[in-house]
Amino acid sequence: MQSLVDAAATGSLYALVALAIGLVFGVMRLINFAQADYITIGAYALIVPSASTVPTLFIGAWPMPLMVAAVALVVVLVALATERLAFRPLRGTDPSTLLVSSFALSFLFQQTIMLIFNSRPKSIEFGSALAAAVEIAGLRVPGVQLLTMATTIVAGTLLVFFLRYTALGVEIRAAAEDFTMAQLLGVRANRVIAVSFAISGLLGASVSLLLVVQTGTLDYRMGIMPVIYGFFATVIGGMGSLPAAALGGFLVGAASQLLQAWLPPDLRPFRDAFVFGFVIAVLLFRPEGLARPRAMRERV
Amino acid sequence: MAADRHRLIEFASFVWSVAALALPLGVLVFLLSRSGSLAVEQTVIEALIKIVAVVGLYVFIGNSGIMSFGHVAFMGIGAYAAAWQTCCPMLKPIVMSGLPDILLQNTVPNFPASVASGLLAAAAALAAGAVILRLNGIAASIASFSLLFIVNVIYSNADRFTQGVGSIVGLPVYVTPTVAYAWACAAIALACLYHRSRFGVALRACREDDVAARAAGINVYVQRLIAFVLSAFLLGVSGALYGSLLGTISVDTFFLDMTFMLVAMLVVGGVRSVAGAVVGVTAVSAVVEIFRQLQNGIEVGAFHVALPAGFQGIALALFMLAVLIFRREGITGGHEAILPERLRRALLALKK
Repeated sequence: MQSLVDAAATGSLYALVALAIGLVFGVMRLINFAQADYITIGAYALIVPSASTVPTLFIGAWPMPLMVAAVALVVVLVALATERLAFRPLRGTDPSTLLVSSFALSFLFQQTIMLIFNSRPKSIEFGSALAAAVEIAGLRVPGVQLLTMATTIVAGTLLVFFLRYTALGVEIRAAAEDFTMAQLLGVRANRVIAVSFAISGLLGASVSLLLVVQTGTLDYRMGIMPVIYGFFATVIGGMGSLPAAALGGFLVGAASQLLQAWLPPDLRPFRDAFVFGFVIAVLLFRPEGLARPRAMRERV
Repeated sequence: MAADRHRLIEFASFVWSVAALALPLGVLVFLLSRSGSLAVEQTVIEALIKIVAVVGLYVFIGNSGIMSFGHVAFMGIGAYAAAWQTCCPMLKPIVMSGLPDILLQNTVPNFPASVASGLLAAAAALAAGAVILRLNGIAASIASFSLLFIVNVIYSNADRFTQGVGSIVGLPVYVTPTVAYAWACAAIALACLYHRSRFGVALRACREDDVAARAAGINVYVQRLIAFVLSAFLLGVSGALYGSLLGTISVDTFFLDMTFMLVAMLVVGGVRSVAGAVVGVTAVSAVVEIFRQLQNGIEVGAFHVALPAGFQGIALALFMLAVLIFRREGITGGHEAILPERLRRALLALKK
């Protein structure tokens, strides 16, 4: 039972990342690895820039609503800047060039963070009240796990409402379906893409806050593993469909937690190999992902 | 007669395309290894080994048009295979106790060991490719990425063979600029040979138009598999060489950073030609080395000027982004060194 809760919490975190990746992929056919650095930057925004291993809090010491807003603002600005400076000039190139440029961008961010904050992990005292366990029906659930699940549900619902019932949301969906056609019908490409990046920044900021509360450490590569899992999740769910991406995130997170609990001890260290083997299997049997969005159907 | 002449010209253009890369590279290596600085020599060797690897990447990525993020797994497989054969006879029974007796009691000479490492990587590629290459386009890229993680997890936990996440130390350090240059030339020749062979042509046909290629009787899957195995061989060899450059290997050497670096080198140079692979490695290595020197500081008049540490990585990232944005097809634009028309005419006249 405990492992089911863990599974749901990890799954929700990956689902948040998968939503961000899926959204940007939908409008731009870009798998944005720099998403990892949005998460990292969000976390580093909490502290005073310095090379110290036990840094003082900066934004992190502000009152909660202000702090969340400030972190979100920083990450959204970074996301918008990357879109404007790096990805806009590359729009329309093939997905692999875009992917490589997002690698390069991610490398740039990592190096910059290393230059300013140095490469050693930092531990910070942040939101530890949330890490305390809450007892529900005989189960001890860390508060942050509940928060993660709640955030995912709220963010997912808001996103669905936004995409379904606002003009901008409808434009984004149209662009994801057929970008050229949407443009012909008067959807402004720059605005749609910028909004998608802004949302991915918001999602990145929430992931980074949740991660910091969970682990209490900052590391210049802290965003990478969640994003890689989120990325595989997007693939499993089906690229270009957001509910499917969230579902995929949930599946990957849940699968890795459950394998951890249920695999025989000899095989447990190889858990991730099973998870990635599962990814390949899904690709083989359902190359379009578990859900099959219309926009992504490859001919032949 | 006509067939004869055709064959001569084919051969001449093959030699030309190899020489056009190998000779300038040779001059560069010769000049730089004269500089006497150990750090520069190390950079030269590393760049040459990466040429073997990136040319290997080109064989698959360039010809098939499928981006692969899994090839560094084969580099790792090659590196560990070389360690099993050549490493530290005294320590081997302790740190790699899972190996069969024949490997534990013998040390294989370096050259056959590198070839055998390449072959093991190729065999692994045959097995993995048989599954992965059933996929198309970006799905295949992602599956290859999963492969990288799978191999990483397995090697990180196969303690009795790989020391787990720890490093294996004490590999023979025998790679000189000459050895590395010889392998780089061999890789270039192999890639050019493949590029010009019917297999290379068939695979590029699939890249350009899948349906038409199928209609012309090409088995896309088999052609991709051939390129995958050949490129994994080159990656395996480069892994073996890399281990012998550093004298030590660990699982994380052959993971995301290396993948990113090699793929970026190929894309910066130009994905669609052997020349692109070679130019990409050279350009990126040059930028890294120049900024490393600047970071150590240079004398300007009476002043000692040095860039802040860590600047090198930022400069490299900016350089790569600039190339991607301003030259989408890479530095070479995917062009190959082509036999000059005048030479071709001369050869034609020769045989008349």
